[in-house]
Amino acid sequence: MHEMALCEGVVGLVEDEARKQSFTRVKSIILEIGVLGHVAPEAMLFCFDAVSHGTMAEGAKLVIERTPGAGWCLDCSKTVPLQERFGACPDCGRHHVQITSGDELRVRELEVE
Amino acid sequence: MCTVCGCGTEAIEGQAAHEPQHHHHDHDHEHHHDHGHHHHDHPHETVGLIDAGAGIAGVHVPGLSQERIVRIERDILSKNNDYARHNRERFARTGTFVLNLVSSPGSGKTTLLCRTIEALKQRLPIAVIEGDQQTSNDAERIRATGVKAVQVNTGKGCHLDAHMVGHALDGLGLEPGGVLFIENVGNLVCPAAFDLGEAHKVVVLSVTEGEDKPAKYPDMFAAADLMLLTKSDLLPHLDFDVGACMAAALRVNPHLQILAVSAKTGEGMAAFHAWIEARAARRVPA
Repeated sequence: MHEMALCEGVVGLVEDEARKQSFTRVKSIILEIGVLGHVAPEAMLFCFDAVSHGTMAEGAKLVIERTPGAGWCLDCSKTVPLQERFGACPDCGRHHVQITSGDELRVRELEVE
Repeated sequence: MCTVCGCGTEAIEGQAAHEPQHHHHDHDHEHHHDHGHHHHDHPHETVGLIDAGAGIAGVHVPGLSQERIVRIERDILSKNNDYARHNRERFARTGTFVLNLVSSPGSGKTTLLCRTIEALKQRLPIAVIEGDQQTSNDAERIRATGVKAVQVNTGKGCHLDAHMVGHALDGLGLEPGGVLFIENVGNLVCPAAFDLGEAHKVVVLSVTEGEDKPAKYPDMFAAADLMLLTKSDLLPHLDFDVGACMAAALRVNPHLQILAVSAKTGEGMAAFHAWIEARAARRVPA
């Protein structure tokens, strides 16, 4: 599962930041994961414990915030909510929609001490 | 263990072993679903915030702590993307045209690749990186055609990442102006997210797999620039609707190019080879 690799990415970013900002313990890691992305949050949580073991991120709590899906409908010329990736515009039913948010995959902030 | 309810213990890719002895869930508790990430209705999931609720989790209330908050706003894939950029720079120096072949297991990638190598090896220097969880069977098949191949075994990993490809390159010694094929791990989900430094992802879909694959696994078809519909010689024996498949693929990626090919009969292969040669010719070593 690629959530393993993504969790390794998260731990790597935390370690980078620890060197730059000189902190030694991470209490929580806030991730932003869009609902339209290819990542299953529960799989991230599942993998994080295993991946962070023995690193400075060990014991940190992973908080996942979901960003809702939205897109720009070219036909309606407005922003519309999207329930699924490549989904149709809920108003006109056509697929001329460009995703504008919902595929985020970011470490937003760390709570450190 | 299951981080949602805390039951069971299992290995990460966890086949079986997830049989909680102490209690039973009334929901179908499929945490060992390696690749079913998309659109499954998981009863634990609530939009907005997902809380682990296990281990150290549960003692912490976000936002109420006095500790320092460090905003970093970095993409989780940024490390991979850095390695991919590095690979891309290497490819630019040697003028190497790189294709990342992605598909489900058994779509015929290796056979397709062997035929392609036979057709092109007199005209272009070719090298191959083979990704599989285990064995070097595929690299041996490729080497039998007379070109250089490096096998990368990902072990438990379900995809190649840019870092692994960088290491594979060290052992490959690319000739200038050639073509490098990277045959990714057979998996229609995860490799979509990982840039390896390639010029194009080529998604390989065999006609025995069902025409709704682009709708079921849209990320891969969105990430690819070319789709090869393989095993086209089998079409007369199947109910596969080529038009419906193409429509599904174009819905997720309007720019996708599509070729139907058969490595067995050779149908469509000349078009694929022309596609490669035309693009490879545009790469000029820096």
